[in-house]
Amino acid sequence: MFEMFSYPFIIRALVVGTLVSLCSALLGVNLVLKRYSMIGDGLSHVAFSAMAVATVMNWAPLTVAIPVVIAASFLLLRLSAGGRMKGDSAIALVSTGALAIGIFIISMRSGINTDINNYMFGSVLAISKYDVVFSVVLSLVVLGLYIVFYNQIFAVTFDEPFAKATGIRVDFYNMLISVLTAITIVLGMRMIGALLISSLIIFPAMSSMRVFKSFRSVVICSAVISVVCFLAGLMISYQYSAPTGASVVIINIAVFAVFCAVDYIKAKAK
Amino acid sequence: MTVLKNVSFDLMRGDYLCVVGENGAGKSTLIKCLAGLKKPAEGSIERSREISRRDVGYLPQQTAIQRDFPASVREVVISGCLNNDRLLPFYNKSDRMRADKYMGELGITHLAGRSYRELSGGQQQRVLLARALCASGKLLILDEPVTGLDPIVTGEIYSIIKEINRKHHTTVIMVSHDVNTAVKSANKILQVKNTVQFCGSTEDYLKSAVGKAFIGG
Repeated sequence: MFEMFSYPFIIRALVVGTLVSLCSALLGVNLVLKRYSMIGDGLSHVAFSAMAVATVMNWAPLTVAIPVVIAASFLLLRLSAGGRMKGDSAIALVSTGALAIGIFIISMRSGINTDINNYMFGSVLAISKYDVVFSVVLSLVVLGLYIVFYNQIFAVTFDEPFAKATGIRVDFYNMLISVLTAITIVLGMRMIGALLISSLIIFPAMSSMRVFKSFRSVVICSAVISVVCFLAGLMISYQYSAPTGASVVIINIAVFAVFCAVDYIKAKAK
Repeated sequence: MTVLKNVSFDLMRGDYLCVVGENGAGKSTLIKCLAGLKKPAEGSIERSREISRRDVGYLPQQTAIQRDFPASVREVVISGCLNNDRLLPFYNKSDRMRADKYMGELGITHLAGRSYRELSGGQQQRVLLARALCASGKLLILDEPVTGLDPIVTGEIYSIIKEINRKHHTTVIMVSHDVNTAVKSANKILQVKNTVQFCGSTEDYLKSAVGKAFIGG
C-alpha cells in the first residue's frame, strides 16, 4: 500500500489534490447555499474548451484556462444577477456553448485525444511539476482570501440585501467568490475531470449540512470530509487502477449516505 | 415603469414612520430606495451628515435561501456588526459585546447556540432585529416585519419595535399592510398609491378622509 508514495506523480497528486479539495469544500458551502451548485459544471466546461484551445495552439493549459474561466464566471454572475435570465439557464447556456466551441476546435486537429480524455475524466498523470507549483500557490491564495474574508462572505451569502443596505461592499465580495470559484474549478478539473468537478463542490457541503447546524461547523466539517474523501479516493484509484476523479466521487457518495443516515437516526431519536 | 411618483417627506430623529398602502402601491420600492438597494429613477435621497450609509439597520423580507441556511443565532446577529470600521476583517471584542447586548435586549440570549432555521417565525424576526440593531441604533428600516406571524407574536414584535424606538431614540421606517396596528405605534403615517395620498402625523391621519377610508375598508 505505502509503496504508492514512492512515485513522484502520486506525491504531486496528493499535494495538489488536498489543497484543491480544501478550496472546493469551503467555496462549495457558499455556492450550494447561494443556489449556484451547478456553477462548477458550467465553469469546468468553459475550462475544458480553453484547455482544448491551448493544447491545439501549444500553449500552457492552466495559464490560458484561468483568465478565461474567471471571465466566464463574471459573465455568469452578471447574467443571473441582471435578472433577465435565471441562474440555471444562464449556466446551461455558457457551459454547453463553450463545450461546443471546444469540441469544434479539437476536431480541427487530430492526435490529441489523450489530453482531451484527461480533461474530461481527469488524471493524476496530467499534473506536471510546473502545475504543482502553480496549483499550490493559487490554492493557498484562495484559502487565505477565504479565511480573511470569512465573515463578510458569510454575511453576503446569508442575506445580500441586508449586507448591501448596511454598507458592505456586496459587489466586491460576490466578485471575490466568483474569482475564487473559477480558480478552484480550473485547478481541480485536471485531476477530477471536467465532468465530475461539480461533485467536489457539492458533496462535502451537502453531507455536512445534513448533520451540522452552524455555519462554522458546516464549513469545517465539509473541509474535513473533502480532504478525507480525496485521500481515500486516491488510494483506491491506485489500488484498482481506477480513475482518481471517479474514485473520489464514489467515496463522497458513501459519506453522504452515512451523513443522511445519521441525520435520520437523530431525527428519530428526538 | 414608474411605480411611485412625487414622494417627498421629512423625518426627524426618533420619528416612527409607517408606510401603508395597498399591494402594488409602491411601498416596497420606496423602502428599497431608502435602504439604498435601488436608485430612484429621478430625484435623490439625502441624508443628514449624522446618518451615513453605515448607520442604517435593515430588516428585509425573508428569502428562500435563509429557510435552510445552517447558521447559529450568534453568527447571524454578529454579522450585523460588519459595517463598523475595523482594521482587520475579523470580529473584535466590542463586536461580540454588541451582539450579546442586543441578544439580551431582544430576549434571545438562550437561543444563541441554536440554529436559525429551526426557530419559529417570531424568534427569527427577533434575531433579525437584533442583527439590524448591531448594524445601527440610529435608523431602522423594516420591510413588513410581521408577515406570516400569528396575532400574538405580531403584537410582541410591534411592542419590541416601539420599545426600541422609545428607549434608543431610534428612527423607525416601517412598511406594513396592517394599518390598524401600525397607527397605534407610529407617530407619522405615509400612505402611498403610485403617489403620496397622505403624509403627516398619525392624529391627522385618523381624522383625514383617506385614513378613515383605508382603515374602515
